[in-house]
Amino acid sequence: VCIHRVRSCSSIRFIKSKYVCVFDKSALKFSHQQRLFRTSAVSCGQIVQFKLSDIGEGITEVTVKEWYIKEGDSVSQFDSICEVQSDKASVTITSRYDGIIRKLHYNLDEIAYVGKPLVDIEIDASKGVAPEEDVVETPPMSHEEHTHQEIKGHKTLATPAVRRLAMENNIKLSEVVGTGKDNRILKEDILNYLAKQTGAILPPSPKAEIIPPLPKSETMPAAPKDKARKIPVPVSRPIVFSGKDKTEPVTGFQKAMVKTMSAALKIPHFGYCDEIDLTQLVQLREELKPLAQIRGVKLSFMPFFIKAASLGLLQYPILNASLDESCQNVTYKASHNIGVAMDTDQGLIVPNVKNVQVCSVFEIASELNRLQSLGSAGQLGTNDLTGGTFTLSNIGTIGGTYAKAVILPPEVAIGALGKIQVLPRFNGKGEVFKAQIMNVSWSADHRIIDGATMARFSNLWKSYLENPASMLLDLK
Amino acid sequence: MVLQTSLKNCLQLSCILRAPKAGFRSTTSGGLIIQSVSTDVYQNLAVEDWIHDHMNLENRQVLFLWRNSPAVVIGRHQNPWQECNLRLLRQKNIKLARRRSGGGTVYHDLGNINLTFFTTRKKYERMANLKLVVKALKALRPQLDVHVTDRYDILLDRQYKISGTAAKLGRTTAYHHCTLLCNADKFVLSSVLKSPYKGLKSNATPSVPASVKNLFEEDPSLTCEMLLDAIAEEYAAHHQIDHHITLINPADETVLPGIKNKTKELQTWEWVYGKTPKFSVSTCFNMVYKDSVLDVKVEMDVKHGRIEVCNIDLPEPWLPPALCSELMKSFTGSKFCPDETTALAGTLLRVCPQDDELRSKWNLLCENMIMLM
Repeated sequence: VCIHRVRSCSSIRFIKSKYVCVFDKSALKFSHQQRLFRTSAVSCGQIVQFKLSDIGEGITEVTVKEWYIKEGDSVSQFDSICEVQSDKASVTITSRYDGIIRKLHYNLDEIAYVGKPLVDIEIDASKGVAPEEDVVETPPMSHEEHTHQEIKGHKTLATPAVRRLAMENNIKLSEVVGTGKDNRILKEDILNYLAKQTGAILPPSPKAEIIPPLPKSETMPAAPKDKARKIPVPVSRPIVFSGKDKTEPVTGFQKAMVKTMSAALKIPHFGYCDEIDLTQLVQLREELKPLAQIRGVKLSFMPFFIKAASLGLLQYPILNASLDESCQNVTYKASHNIGVAMDTDQGLIVPNVKNVQVCSVFEIASELNRLQSLGSAGQLGTNDLTGGTFTLSNIGTIGGTYAKAVILPPEVAIGALGKIQVLPRFNGKGEVFKAQIMNVSWSADHRIIDGATMARFSNLWKSYLENPASMLLDLK
Repeated sequence: MVLQTSLKNCLQLSCILRAPKAGFRSTTSGGLIIQSVSTDVYQNLAVEDWIHDHMNLENRQVLFLWRNSPAVVIGRHQNPWQECNLRLLRQKNIKLARRRSGGGTVYHDLGNINLTFFTTRKKYERMANLKLVVKALKALRPQLDVHVTDRYDILLDRQYKISGTAAKLGRTTAYHHCTLLCNADKFVLSSVLKSPYKGLKSNATPSVPASVKNLFEEDPSLTCEMLLDAIAEEYAAHHQIDHHITLINPADETVLPGIKNKTKELQTWEWVYGKTPKFSVSTCFNMVYKDSVLDVKVEMDVKHGRIEVCNIDLPEPWLPPALCSELMKSFTGSKFCPDETTALAGTLLRVCPQDDELRSKWNLLCENMIMLM
């Protein structure tokens, strides 16, 4: 690795060759002066006992509340080690050294004493131990330009390795923009600064272990892109991507989804789709919206869809049924508890409106309002989330036209509603007019429901919605 | 005086605050008084974090004045279930925040003022700050009987707590903040700070309850603005700086770069609930079902806000044991939180034999479990 870099850097005159090796990742941590590099942790370094420093106000003991590191972790100077508490004060203890944690002297909730060892850190033998005073901010050499750390009330944070790099290249740390934690100046920042000065290409450094964790919003430093625009790349180099896979256990909502969908997999689904002309319904809703508003209820299209579905279920009750585990019995449910899929911060939940068969469109709308506000506040009760017999999923509010919805057991049918689009259609006279078109995609359990039943139900539902006045005839 | 919003103020502030390359051009060396224009508890806590992380406090001290709309703020190492009535908070839409300093739980509303004293770690001195506040109060109303206790509380009439304190120390900077009760809603305060959750055992820092009183009750002519002004004046006199309060907008990313991320982090479930030290729940409740009363025993271990171990003891065979163990297994790893539990419970019911009796029993059990959260 080191050799490769020497070659590509040979065209860069201003960087003294002996510092090319400093770019290597382990060198940053363990060695400033040597050219040797190590790629594995070496256990012959010096173990330093990092003592708990003075908290102030004459406090002698604190309680250890949280460890941010564990034995075997590597730390850099200024990284947080633990959080301790004393008499209403919470203190973050940061590391004075770069090294590897070898021993934690206290467990959680134990009392730690000021002046006594807190952790043992193994640092490289060549580095030497930093002085006992808190926080070494100035570099070891007192070259005038580079000891100018405090500039107009601003302090620069950089590890000793970075400072050395800056100094050897005659760079004022105050002029470098730090992109690390606490605006710390990282090796990258020095390299970017150098690149900008000369317009030269520098090899990208492996990101993996050198840089302290960047804040989430950080992206890679823009420098490589800029350089690419200015000067054509003479040497093709492999693109280095250092993102890591993240594995986490499936819990909570996701676990619930896994269970439901695994059960749903056992149901043989068939799909049936159709197009609904909602032009008249759109107009009707516009007229009724202010009336509902006066009564304090927000009226969307869903209450109409739900009521029409219930009217359809009265004619085709098999769609509101449930098949038992052994597929021996079909239970026709008396109540139409129609579920409405809702997207919340945590995931998909399906609360249902109970007994739609005896509710008016207005009552359905008001119940939906209640469920929606509870849903967004995360306060739905188990009663709201259980007992559903039929589900409608309005994926169209997010987008899309067709969908293949998965039936939620123990139900046997589900409808997915696409978004309402304005499309040209022909009317009875053969003229083109502007129509409000929505697609519906039904899925049903083919073990007890056949295509014809689904089609007829869909047609009935469609006719109610395309001609809302016809609902009046069948409303109970 | 307190509520000026001149552009000059904001520009001057951005010169001082913009780290790290800004020149220190302000003439107010030695001290700075800033006041937040926001009443959002997360934004204001984020400002504290920002100043703590980014501002250079050598030769300078900062006083930050802020107020919040109704919120409960717990200390860094506390357990919200032990400290407050989370159900009531959700119902009343009162926010819950966890601050980074230690100490106990407080209730904030617009009748409570918050003061944060920023200094370098070496100059961290809580007693001096509190004495400054008492001095300001006495200057405003000489007849007030207020004094500082050795627990860093401020007592009125030797018995009522009007201020509580907490502090955060970092590598080079430190802050000490305290509340001051001017005209807070004591009724809401006492009801939200009473935890209904039983059987909790943990090493989290407990709060020490105290009787409180509003300064307004002692002297109805006092307002929050007057108190803020008096304290600012005393601080200015003490540090020999202008009695000038600079307004700060915690949503302004240009003045406080990175503040949005800090605000967001303070609102995550992982921070507010997930940072709760490990605790266990060991409780029992009665369920009334039809004509019988059932005794249910529940044992749970919660770590990082998630259920590690769950055991529900039900009299058999009220619920099919397979279903019960399914429930316990699915709780493992999920958040100790009502909506996650509700969703889980609702879903689990789908995959078992359906009958209304089972459903109502299931709902009853789950509702009771949710009451524990």
